[in-house]
Amino acid sequence: MLAEITHFLPITAIRRERMLPLPGKVLVRKGQKVSATDAVAEAKLYPEHILLDIARGLGLQNEKADRYLQCKAGMRVAQGDVLAGPVGWTKRVVRSPRGGRVILAGDGKILIELDSTPFELKAGIPGTVIDLRENRGVTIETSGALVQGVWGNGRIDYGLMFALVRSPEDVLTTDRLDVSMRGSVVIGGYCEDVEVLKLAESLPLRGLVLASLNASLLSEAVKMSMPILVLEGFGRLPMNVAAYKLLTTNDKREAAVNAENWDRFKGIRPEIVIPLPATASVKLPREVGYFEAGQQVRILRDPHKGEIGKLIALQTGLNKLSNDVQTKTGVVKLEGGDEVVIALVNCEILE
Amino acid sequence: MPTSLVDADSLLAIDVGSVTTRAFMFDVVDGRYRFLAAGSAATTANAPFSDVGEGIREALENLQVITGKVLVGGDERLIIPSTLDGSGVDMVAATISAGPPLKVVLVGLLEDVSLESARHLASTTYVRVVETLSLNDRKKTETRIDSILRLRPDLVLMTGGTDGGASQSVLKLLEAVGLANYWLPQENRFEVLYAGNQQLEDEVRATFGRLGPLHIAPNVQPELGVERLEGAKVQLADIFRIIRSRQLTGVRELDNWSGGGLLPTATSFGRVIRFLSQVYDSAKGVLGVDIGASATTLAAGFAGQLVQAVYPHLGLGHGATGILHQATVSEIKRWLHVDLAEDDIRHYIYNKALYPNGVPETHEDLAIEQVMARMAMRLALRGSSPNFPPQNLRYGPEFLPHFEPIVATGSVLTRAPNLGQTVLMLLDGLQPTGVTTLVLDQNHISPALGVTAAVNPLLAAQILESNTFQNLGTIISPIGDAKPGTPVLRVRMSIEGGSETTVDVKQGSIEVLKFPQGQEAQLSLTPLQRYDIGMGGPGRGGRLRVRGGALGVIIDARGRPITMPGDPVRRRELIAKWRWVLGC
Repeated sequence: MLAEITHFLPITAIRRERMLPLPGKVLVRKGQKVSATDAVAEAKLYPEHILLDIARGLGLQNEKADRYLQCKAGMRVAQGDVLAGPVGWTKRVVRSPRGGRVILAGDGKILIELDSTPFELKAGIPGTVIDLRENRGVTIETSGALVQGVWGNGRIDYGLMFALVRSPEDVLTTDRLDVSMRGSVVIGGYCEDVEVLKLAESLPLRGLVLASLNASLLSEAVKMSMPILVLEGFGRLPMNVAAYKLLTTNDKREAAVNAENWDRFKGIRPEIVIPLPATASVKLPREVGYFEAGQQVRILRDPHKGEIGKLIALQTGLNKLSNDVQTKTGVVKLEGGDEVVIALVNCEILE
Repeated sequence: MPTSLVDADSLLAIDVGSVTTRAFMFDVVDGRYRFLAAGSAATTANAPFSDVGEGIREALENLQVITGKVLVGGDERLIIPSTLDGSGVDMVAATISAGPPLKVVLVGLLEDVSLESARHLASTTYVRVVETLSLNDRKKTETRIDSILRLRPDLVLMTGGTDGGASQSVLKLLEAVGLANYWLPQENRFEVLYAGNQQLEDEVRATFGRLGPLHIAPNVQPELGVERLEGAKVQLADIFRIIRSRQLTGVRELDNWSGGGLLPTATSFGRVIRFLSQVYDSAKGVLGVDIGASATTLAAGFAGQLVQAVYPHLGLGHGATGILHQATVSEIKRWLHVDLAEDDIRHYIYNKALYPNGVPETHEDLAIEQVMARMAMRLALRGSSPNFPPQNLRYGPEFLPHFEPIVATGSVLTRAPNLGQTVLMLLDGLQPTGVTTLVLDQNHISPALGVTAAVNPLLAAQILESNTFQNLGTIISPIGDAKPGTPVLRVRMSIEGGSETTVDVKQGSIEVLKFPQGQEAQLSLTPLQRYDIGMGGPGRGGRLRVRGGALGVIIDARGRPITMPGDPVRRRELIAKWRWVLGC
């Protein structure tokens, strides 16, 4: 049975494609080293236009006004440039209100795309540009520790990790944050207080990685300019032991937090990358797999939500769960030694 | 190319859902079409596959194992038509709901007129309306251009002007759409569906034809107040197919297998409901509800007229949190028979959206999931009922019209631990009125039948008549105004060649009269307190022959709409009682 894989890897090769949704300009070259926040490509994703009624401006019919055009499609214009005219003894003209590029000129109208700051596509992870796709983007590769989450607020940044979390069940409170953490990526536990988010933003932090978040804080979390990444989900959920160990043992290392929202369709997932020197044996991890006995799995649903164990057997046919729901099941040996029967769709492979 | 549907014997139907890909085999057995078997696999539309073919191949392999029939040849290709050794199939029908909803911008002249029709049209498939532009918004052309470019829609749906009516104002609105598409690089241009004033067709073609993919459909409002969506719906389904083929590898091949007949699952589901509404009692409608991971679809057929809407924000998968945008957690909580904190319910729904494939493992999680299904149905009905024909809204828009039967499908219903839970979800979610039959499509076959119904109605009819669908029971829902505990309906049931039972059903209760499945019984219904059971008006009863379903005859006298006690303990006790009656 097909299974999702979540990565909590102490050392791995990591390769990510970063592509613009529309054609633009690639800003880096092959072989170039980039940090997570470096712009690798740019494009005009949110253009601003102005449509000028030349005919009205010149006081003429459309066809007649076209004879007085002084620009054509593709031409760059500056603020104040004459676009059409002069007409009549008053020398009526139409000038460009702002700088930009003429998209269309004719039928008594001129459409100008105004100059604006292009959208910058960030690298997302620190690494080396290994491939370029003309006008679209790049592929970046790096090596290091990889921790994947389940939710992000769409921001990207990097900084030194500061592991505030004292145990997987820890709760992050305002009294734990102080100015010494400014510019760092704080690893916290469960957050249920909006003041924690506000304080983290005001310090400011370069990132906040949480075990879990109270869903009532989501609207506030998406407004924050620092990346916020949630590892387990919503509600009071402890950090899984694998992520806890990995993040706390890498305390004070530089980490990149790409808190993009999870989009399975596009294959985008919120993740933390801790760059580490590659060893000869590191290779790219699998993105999907099939359940097999012996795999380490994380359980995604109550009553064992968040627990990690080893899949020791795949059961045949459909089996009844404690609530009588019938589904394909497997036997998982939890870290504490207990063996439980779990719906396979409620497990993901940890690698 | 597959052979003609009418000549075909065997049919393979493939449905690519957002979570599961299913393959169904139909063939002629003893001179009648039969559903033989189904194979399923996880859908592989998501990255890193981005190829539905993987899931289809696995579903076909499972189907081959179950049926012992070879469907895929050594060259990894589907064998069409079937060969003399029995391998392969004669024809393929295909449906798809996988992938994110299409982003759509609606353009219409007036908010309450053409835009309303555009909204109705858009709601017939898997779309998310990201913007509406109309004369009412008083935006400048450049603002409209920037708005479209910022949102990067998959489709702009343009309506406006009755045939021979407004033209200049329509063209002015369309100008922004054309300029936006002109700005975009060729490969990123959005599809345009024009379904407005048909006298502008030539002008629209001349202007937009060179700017990007243009589709022209019959006007959705050819005369003021007259809405005709059928032609445009066909075009919209076609655009959905085109976009999905572009987004996902494997879709084009699936479409080729089906002879270019790939349809959105919801469209096909609507077709089967419309087909049934032509076959069944024309005085009543036929209702279909499909609660899927990608969307909840509601289709109501009234003597061949279809009112259908797809609600992607009410799916129980990625879109699960959409329920929280339309209902408060306390509204959700009042349907629960277990005592849970509001935060727990909210967090369950948010976590469900993170892992949409999961199944509930505890009684509490199962209870929340089933309440989500109830809410999805209630909210979908709230959206759809204003569009039901006025003559069918006998008790007003907040009451469900009379339907016979009600066909339901979706994993939350078909995988419930027992059929009592399925029935209670449907009773709470839909709150039927009068007398109806609840039918469960356990295998999610109905969309496949919808694809074939138009060209091979015999296959659809014979499968629908077979025992492929589970008859859950006959529902009688008396409506009136009496105090709880007051007898409101007397039911006398005579089982063929057997016993006779008489029961007085009290307001506020559910009663179940069991009798063997498949057997026939005579019901004599006498409403008390001038209650209405849909047999000709308040106080009017009559006789009825019914066939035994899984739960027999269910009299739901809880009133319409169902009102719950304010006291949480009493409320949970009451729900527990209803669950006990239905054997949940």
